[in-house]
Amino acid sequence: MNKSFRTALALAALAALPVLAVPLAKVALATDKQPVAQTAQAPQSSTARDVAASGRPAFTGADGLTVQEAAPIPKDVTDDRRKQRNYPEQPPVIPHSVAGYQLDLNANKCLTCHSREMTGDSQAPMVSVTHFQDRDGQVLGAVSARRYFCLQCHVPQSDVQPRVPNLFQDVDSVIRGAHPPAAKGGK
Amino acid sequence: MFSRLICLARQAWAAFNRPAVHLGLGFLTVGGFVAGVIFWGGFNTALEATNKEAFCIGCHEMRDNPYADLKQTIHYSNRSGVRATCPDCHVPHNWTDKIARKMQASKEVWGKIFGTIDTPEKFAAKKKELAGHEWARLKANNSLECRNCHSAESMDITRQGARGAAAHQEFLFTNKATCIDCHKGIAHTLPDMTGVPVWTMPATAAAGH
Repeated sequence: MNKSFRTALALAALAALPVLAVPLAKVALATDKQPVAQTAQAPQSSTARDVAASGRPAFTGADGLTVQEAAPIPKDVTDDRRKQRNYPEQPPVIPHSVAGYQLDLNANKCLTCHSREMTGDSQAPMVSVTHFQDRDGQVLGAVSARRYFCLQCHVPQSDVQPRVPNLFQDVDSVIRGAHPPAAKGGK
Repeated sequence: MFSRLICLARQAWAAFNRPAVHLGLGFLTVGGFVAGVIFWGGFNTALEATNKEAFCIGCHEMRDNPYADLKQTIHYSNRSGVRATCPDCHVPHNWTDKIARKMQASKEVWGKIFGTIDTPEKFAAKKKELAGHEWARLKANNSLECRNCHSAESMDITRQGARGAAAHQEFLFTNKATCIDCHKGIAHTLPDMTGVPVWTMPATAAAGH
């Protein structure tokens, strides 16, 4: 009897815990709120308010959104001359226009000239043999599905200046730099 | 009032129903001529109205599928602002051929009524067959609708890309091929091109089979 009464009391105390916790949490929240409100107030006074007033999205920073005019997209190089590759594995670039070329599940315009069967008529370079195998090196009769979307790797070129400086040197230049032919001949 | 109207109608019917007694031959001839002009003009006006792009894309099948296709291509938007509308390529300009094509188009009314291509899926499923009809038509008439605007005589191949110039010289000028043989899908996206000569096998291989 006594024992069961004690367990009942303990259970009642447990049940009352959330009720007791609410005012405590309220106090804690109130103390938390104070600094939050202060930090929100600080930028409101200077730049954030200006940004909001200008109607610009605030996430672009204090200066707001600046509009940068993009240069018109230059025309593709269409001189039909092969470009030298910068390294042996580089996918050759496209020296002709590919505007309006359909390249999807239904049709592949590129392969109407570059597929093995068509090169006799078109005199275009054939799709490389590396494209006639799956990823396990198993040789296939046709271009592998994973090589189907030509423009993933092969792209037309346009005559523009690089946006960032590029110090790339191809492997032959590096070797020649390390072993200058003149030094060799001097000995 | 009502009986008077009926009486008038009866009189008019009587006049039309009897051979002309009091009307001169000249009146009938002139009247017939004027009526002819009105009806013939009306017929051609109606025909022209059905030959407008607005009429073609009046149904959602055409507006959402082939017309949406066309809008992506050079035949809709280009540097010189000259554009082709549906009938420029799909209806012969010559009158008798035009009437023949219009009669064939009654099949399209059938398709509209029974919803043959009223969803994008149905259209995609039927696209190869429908495109095949147009390729066959243009092949049979030696790409007549292309040549309404693009003439081989006026084509300055020195202004073309090297590959295009070479191809035109070898195939077009020698009549070995007609426009549609190489230029499929220049105004609409292509359907599945499996087994189509020039696209998935050389023209010579297609001819051999």
